[in-house]
Amino acid sequence: MHPALSIVFFTTASGAGFGLLLLIGLGVPLGLLPPDPLFGFTALLFAFVLSAGGLASSALHLGRPERAWRAFSQWRSSWLSREGVLSVATFFPAAVFAIGWLLFGATSGIVGLCGILAAILAAGTVYCTGMIYASLKPIHQWHNRWVVPNYLALALMSGLLLLDLVLNLWVFWPVSAEILTLLAILVAWCLKEAYWRFIDTTSAPSSVASATGLGARGRVRMLEPPHTEENFLLKEMGFRIARKHRVRLRLIARIVGFLAPGFLSLIAVIASPGLGTIAAALAVISAGLGVVIERWLFFAEAKHRVTLYYGAEVV
Amino acid sequence: MTDLPAVQPGQKKLGLVIDLDLCVGCHGCATACKEWNTGGHMAPLTDFNAYGDGAWGVWFNRIHSFEEGDGADARTVHFPKSCLHCEEPACVSVCPTGASYKRAEDGIVLVNESLCIGCKLCSWACPYGAREFDADAGVMKKCTLCIDRIYNENLAPEDRQPACVIVCPTKARFFGDLGDPNSAVSELVAARGGKDLMPELGYRPTNKYLPPRRAKPVAVPVLAPAAACATGGADDGGNALLRWVDRLLSR
Repeated sequence: MHPALSIVFFTTASGAGFGLLLLIGLGVPLGLLPPDPLFGFTALLFAFVLSAGGLASSALHLGRPERAWRAFSQWRSSWLSREGVLSVATFFPAAVFAIGWLLFGATSGIVGLCGILAAILAAGTVYCTGMIYASLKPIHQWHNRWVVPNYLALALMSGLLLLDLVLNLWVFWPVSAEILTLLAILVAWCLKEAYWRFIDTTSAPSSVASATGLGARGRVRMLEPPHTEENFLLKEMGFRIARKHRVRLRLIARIVGFLAPGFLSLIAVIASPGLGTIAAALAVISAGLGVVIERWLFFAEAKHRVTLYYGAEVV
Repeated sequence: MTDLPAVQPGQKKLGLVIDLDLCVGCHGCATACKEWNTGGHMAPLTDFNAYGDGAWGVWFNRIHSFEEGDGADARTVHFPKSCLHCEEPACVSVCPTGASYKRAEDGIVLVNESLCIGCKLCSWACPYGAREFDADAGVMKKCTLCIDRIYNENLAPEDRQPACVIVCPTKARFFGDLGDPNSAVSELVAARGGKDLMPELGYRPTNKYLPPRRAKPVAVPVLAPAAACATGGADDGGNALLRWVDRLLSR
């Protein structure tokens, strides 16, 4: 599948933003995070800018962005529509939570409930993002049980890294959060490895023979494509990545996306607050880059069944 | 709504049957499709760099060519492919705007261009490559089964068929109601073992493909090797004459 940068950026940024919103929406009303308004302002700013920025970026991918509002209508059947509805719905309780907390200093009662509601909706939005891909039967590398857990784990990991940074910025000693972050990095990494192992060892149960209904005489293979130039299908779904690039990019994703943020988070635990903040900031930047590479690979490594009609033997 | 219409028993299911035994791969159906539809319901079928390098554009029908089998039994199979108007069209259910829909009355899958936001998700959901994005209009387009021909009362009754079916010089394409088990197309499918494409995905395509027939084994006369004739000594006069002409011309 063609890795459109607007979608790669959108899923990475909104995943991190909604992940952070999930953590503060739950953590503050439950008293696990400090009710300090400066901390709250910074954390909510990060969460809003990333989630809303990501959604705006996704509109760039549309052929007719001015009609994007129409995408809220088909929530009964479409995961994309559900994602749109939930993402917008998240902002209403999140706004009440933000105003109540930052302007009136309230983190319990209605404000707290709105925080928890925003957290649930944020998690639901990320779940829908994963389901958009996991529901697409023609793509074996997406239509499997590893995709949604990967999206959720990476959103949680990115959110926790952002939370650590904000906690560090306002000189809170986030040891328990840092330990949780290390755990989240480990879980996200394991899930990514499991996903990669799955797509490396399995392929779709379709073939050129099943795609054409031929095969009574023996092996079926393409003789001629329909035309000598590319077409929309090949531009959109015929993207192929060389094996050596794939191996190298996975290595970079492992180092930049998981290993470095884990190491930097460990430094943030043991270092002085000033150094800890720098380490936490570097961890966020590194993980952001790592997830972008991971997300790019998620598209580039996905093989659509339509390529069976264009010479692909295995999808 | 992009919910699929409830299926009634004996529901009309308009579609195509394509005889892979007869198709000669002339691309006439693709050309006729382009010609009709670029002025039809989903017009225009935009082209880019139409006369230069990297030409590409919107086509609702494409002809692939495959080889099946090896050795003497092998054959070339030309394989036209357009929208299969599935009974479980995921392209419709993934559509976030309701632009994609399946008609309850005849099963034709269509796009309402004025609702389409061009997210391309339907093209990802279609394993058959039936969806065509018009990068100029920013919306998705697709085969309409020539809905503006088959119900067109301005056309003579015999012309109320998809353009690809009418034009086919080998009569390899058939149009009809595949929901009616007694229709000509359904009987053809039953008689020839018509196939669904990628049945494992469960999209239940309406269009069916008739596999190439198996030829009866024929005794092939064994010919004398050509080389033996060319080098034979005591030959008839004809060959001697030819050799003399050959020598003469080779000087």
